[in-house]
Amino acid sequence: MTSDKVYPSSKAAIADIPDGATILLGGFGGAGIPENLLVAMADHPARDLTVVTNHAGFGERGLAVLLRQRKVRKIICSYAFHRSAFVFRELFLEGKIELEQLPQGTMAERIRAAGAGIAAFYTPTGVGTQAAEGKETRTINGRETVLEHPLAGDVAIIKAHRADSTGNLTYRGTAANFNPVMATAAPLTIVEVEEIVDPGVIAPESVHTPSIYVQRVVRGEDLGLRSET
Amino acid sequence: MASDPKLENCALKPADIARRVAAELPDGAVVNLGIGIPTLVGNYVEAGRGVMFMAENGIIGAGPRPEPGEEDKDYINASREPITTLPGASVFGHADAFAMIRGGHIDIAIMGALQVSAQGDLANWTVPGLGKGGIGGAMDLAAGAREVYAIMTHTMKDGGLKLLEDCTYPLTARQVVTKLFTDIAFIEFTPDGPILREVAEGLTADDVQAVSEPRLHTNGPPGALTREETP
Repeated sequence: MTSDKVYPSSKAAIADIPDGATILLGGFGGAGIPENLLVAMADHPARDLTVVTNHAGFGERGLAVLLRQRKVRKIICSYAFHRSAFVFRELFLEGKIELEQLPQGTMAERIRAAGAGIAAFYTPTGVGTQAAEGKETRTINGRETVLEHPLAGDVAIIKAHRADSTGNLTYRGTAANFNPVMATAAPLTIVEVEEIVDPGVIAPESVHTPSIYVQRVVRGEDLGLRSET
Repeated sequence: MASDPKLENCALKPADIARRVAAELPDGAVVNLGIGIPTLVGNYVEAGRGVMFMAENGIIGAGPRPEPGEEDKDYINASREPITTLPGASVFGHADAFAMIRGGHIDIAIMGALQVSAQGDLANWTVPGLGKGGIGGAMDLAAGAREVYAIMTHTMKDGGLKLLEDCTYPLTARQVVTKLFTDIAFIEFTPDGPILREVAEGLTADDVQAVSEPRLHTNGPPGALTREETP
C-alpha cells in the first residue's frame, strides 16, 4: 500500500520541518498524541519552534524532550502549569520560553477559524478575565464578547487511529480531541496512525477528516509509546 | 475549614458535598464535571435519572471508571482519568465540544472554586503569582454552560474567606455561579443577591454569615446539610 502520502518512517515524515516553524500538535491528556512523530522531532535539528498544543508537556517524554533540548521558543496552550509540566515550568520561570495561554475553546475555535477562512470572531469566553486583556470587546445582542483571531500552523503534527492511503482519517474514542481541527489549519498536515488501509476500506460516510486536509501519513513505529505520566 | 473547631466539626466531607450536588441536578440534565470534588458527583447520580455526563475533551455519555485492567488509552475524561461509555454515548473533537459549550447546549457545569463573589463571579484557574495554574476549559464552561454550580471549602485552611464581596484572584468569568455548595452551606445566587438555602447540621445561619463577606439573605429558615459516614 503506497501512495505519495504514505511515508516510510516518522523520521522521513518530519524531515523538512524548518527552523522557526509553528507546529499544531494534537493530543489531550494521554490520548491522541503523535508519540512517534515527537520522538522523530527530538532527533530532528529544527529549532526556534512555536508549539500550539493543549498542555505544556508531561513528565520527561514527548514534547518535554523538545523543551529540554531548547528547540521550542514559545508554547501556545490552554493549560500551562499542570504539576506534570515541570520541564516547561522550570524553563518558563528561568525566562527561557515564551507562553501564550488561552481558553481551551478559544484555542480550538481560533484553529478552526484558520482552517475555515474566518477572519476573526467574537466569543463570550474570557470576558472580564486576563484572557481578554488587550483585546477588543464588543457587546452583541446584549452580551459582552471578545474579538479573537485565527491561529494557523505551518505544520500540523497529529494522531489518528486509521488512515487510508489517500489520507482519509478516522479517530477513536476521545483521542480525536484537537487532532481533526488542527488537520485543517496548516498547509502541511502530518498524521501518525495505528493502521493504514486501502482506499475504500473506510466508507465515505465514516471518514472523520477528509483526505484533502492531509499531506503525509505514517504508521507509528511503536504504538505502545506513552509520553503522558 | 480549620480555623474554628465548631465549623470544623460540622463541616461536610467531599463525598457529602458531592451527594448534595448530585441531588440538586435536574433529571435528564447534560452535565460537565470539573476536576476534584466535582468528579465525585457522578458517583451519586442514579442511572435512571437520565443525567448525561459531558467532558470537554469530546464525549457525551461518559460512564464510570473501568475495572482495573479494562482501561482503554483512547477513552479518558477531561481529568485524564480512564472512563467507560454508556449506551447512547457519542464522541467528537474539541471544536465541536466547545461549540456545544459556548452554544448553550450544556445544562450545568460543576466546577471547583477558589473564590466566589457576591455577584456570582468565579475565580478558579490560578492564584496570584508566576507559574501557577492553567485555564483549560474553565473559562469556556463558566461562560457557556446554562448554569454553573461551584464547589469549595467555605474558608481557606488559615481561616481566610473565599466567599467575598469581590474576588481577589484572577477571574474565570463574571456573574456565572448560580449555586454554591461548600462544606458548611448551600447558597443560591439570585438577582437579589446570595440566598442561604441550607446550612450544615449543627450550625446556624449566623455561623455561615460570620465566615462570608457578602450579606447572605435567607428565605425562611435554612434547611440542613446532612453528613453521612464516609470513607
